[in-house]
Amino acid sequence: MSTTYSHAPGFVAGDRPKIVTSRFEFADSFTLERYLATNGYKGLRAALSRPANEIHDDVKSATVLGRGGAGFPAGTKWGLTPQQVWPKYLVVNGDESEPGTYKDRLLMERDPHQLIEGCLIACYAAGLSQCFLYIRGEMALAQERVAAALNEAYAAGYVGKNILGSNFSVDIILHWGAGAYVVGEETALIESLEGNRGMPRLKPPFFPAVNGLYGQPTIVNNVETLANLPWLLCNGVAAYTAVGTKTSPGTRMVAVSGHVKRPGVFEIINGTTTFRDLIFGEEFCGGIRDDKQLKAFVPGGGSAPWFTADQLDLPFEASQVGPAGSMLGSGAVIVMDETTDIPAAALTLTHFYAHESCGKCTPCREGGTWLERILRRIVDGDGTDADLQQLLEVGAMICPGDFPHAANAQLGLTAVPFPYKMTTICFVGPSAFAPVHSALTLFRSEFESRVTKRVTIPVTAVSTAKTVTSVGAH
Amino acid sequence: MSRLTDKNLVIAKEIIARYPRQKSALIPLLHLAQEQSGYISREAMVHLGELVGVTSAEVYGTATFYEMFRFEPIGKYLVNICGTMSCALMGAHELMHHAEKRLGVKAGGTTQDGMFTLAHAECQAACTEAPCLQVNYRYRLRVSTADLDNLIDDLEAGKLSEEIPAHGVLAKVRQHIAPDRGVGAVSPELVDQAPAWLNGKAAL
Ligand SMILES: Cc1cc2nc3c(=O)[nH]c(=O)nc-3n(C[C@H](O)[C@H](O)[C@H](O)COP(=O)(O)O)c2cc1C
Ligand code: SF4
Ligand code: FES
Repeated sequence: MSTTYSHAPGFVAGDRPKIVTSRFEFADSFTLERYLATNGYKGLRAALSRPANEIHDDVKSATVLGRGGAGFPAGTKWGLTPQQVWPKYLVVNGDESEPGTYKDRLLMERDPHQLIEGCLIACYAAGLSQCFLYIRGEMALAQERVAAALNEAYAAGYVGKNILGSNFSVDIILHWGAGAYVVGEETALIESLEGNRGMPRLKPPFFPAVNGLYGQPTIVNNVETLANLPWLLCNGVAAYTAVGTKTSPGTRMVAVSGHVKRPGVFEIINGTTTFRDLIFGEEFCGGIRDDKQLKAFVPGGGSAPWFTADQLDLPFEASQVGPAGSMLGSGAVIVMDETTDIPAAALTLTHFYAHESCGKCTPCREGGTWLERILRRIVDGDGTDADLQQLLEVGAMICPGDFPHAANAQLGLTAVPFPYKMTTICFVGPSAFAPVHSALTLFRSEFESRVTKRVTIPVTAVSTAKTVTSVGAH
Repeated sequence: MSRLTDKNLVIAKEIIARYPRQKSALIPLLHLAQEQSGYISREAMVHLGELVGVTSAEVYGTATFYEMFRFEPIGKYLVNICGTMSCALMGAHELMHHAEKRLGVKAGGTTQDGMFTLAHAECQAACTEAPCLQVNYRYRLRVSTADLDNLIDDLEAGKLSEEIPAHGVLAKVRQHIAPDRGVGAVSPELVDQAPAWLNGKAAL
């Protein structure tokens, strides 16, 4: 059974555990009234009734994995800040802009109080003195909903000074961006929050947990990660880890877009749900549109190397998807059917990353642009044989060595595991290459049939230099 | 007239006070300036620089990094059509061609009457509802060419002015922290010990 709601376009509910989407069925899920009527702020109360270090321990033992892309456990991250340096900050990453990804937007629009409660629990448990909630600039409705929820929560005593009458006091400051994908990277997010251009910082020394906002220890967590905490605190660690697997407990939000019968955002069980379930399962996408064949899919957001039908039985489990040559990333699957023009599809992603380069590293700034231009001329029918090699050479300047890719029985390929080596500060540069590399590795013939074979006109006795030229065959 | 109005100055000061460092308020203030005039003028940048204590060159340096900021007037309605992969797979390019024909401008251009600016956009976090677009950052999902025509008609007829304010206005609800409820900005220089609730005891 699956259900959709006109007030939450894109979201598809099912008969599965609902950890972060339990209120999506209500049209007024974003109001304090509805929130309080559905266990709202009970997790906070439960947390404040115990010492902070115990709450931190709960989050550690529940292995709440980061949902922003890297999948690092939140409890462990909170423990990485230096012991005696104060104040520490929480920066909430609501900059969601990875191609194919959306769940944080829904969580902010549909259940802003859940996010606020999650922020409070994190601040309490990890001793964070001020929270900045950074929402992507283009998300006007999410900004409105979170602002309204914060105003309500402040007035009702859930945020601010002496929360619930206790000695726990923390402000949550709504902050918003202005359109730059790279700002989603945590150190760029901090730069942006300091009022600067959102360019990533070099790690080391700028590991946010040690040296983050204003040089202070700073925890950066994704919206969905924090949205898990109220349920965890209400229901306990055992209930949380009872869902999913030991290494990937709980649920995760996944958006499946592209050529499927019913695209949507689903809260799936972590660790066990497979790509086949998601793409073909009746309770999920119900198969490829018009019953066509699956050609390829992007398993973890635009940055991820592509999979084909050979990888459909992999579950949402990082320890299996990594060795298979890709990553789960931000919970976004983009499906391409047999009619897809592969070079053109890859171009949309390479264009994206080239366009979003902040320009700080040469291999990304120059390499991304080169990749895009070469790919574009291939797509436009002006490419040459040599361009295919050149794409790989430019890519190797961004990511030297073997680039991860999936196994493919038909092509006789064995998998090259994730991750890759890189010459850039952040993943934007490599991400411009990932779609090119996947497309070329898995669908080389589509490129070969696209490029023109250059013909050299023979030089004759009367020729001048000008007539010694190459022409395209078209 | 491009400096912040007195009313917006009050809002600006409230925003600035929330941050441990004034410059942190810059992006929200740039949005405020853009809300006031539909774009960000030179004088506005000078004013913001004064407010947060940096040069106008620094303000400009930050502002130009971010795609949403405009430095000259644009259409009342900014129509951003997503062209990233999920939308492209579902016909975004065709939608853009149709929009270009319908509005008589190329992507990036503004109609003569100043009503519409058409632009290519990147993934808008609505990928399952492709192809999608935003008008002044308000979504339209699964947009067919006919839907686009209707949308333009409605915007021209002023039917959507309630829902979609003129370019520059982003969220219509602002955060406001009552002085007696807020903790106030926590500056690194003011704090050198652990927060009160880390005393090994339950807070409640
Ligand atoms: C280029 C780039 C873009 C990113 N964009 C986002 C984003 O939009 N949202 C997000 O939560 N994390 C994003 N991340 C990951 C963050 O750097 C960071 O790992 C994450 O916010 C940490 O939160 P988590 O541990 O709760 O997952 C991005 C990383 C890179 C390299
Ligand atoms: S990889 Fe690209 S986006 Fe990332 S820091 Fe370097 S230049 Fe900027
Ligand atoms: S690709 Fe268009 S909204 Fe994501």
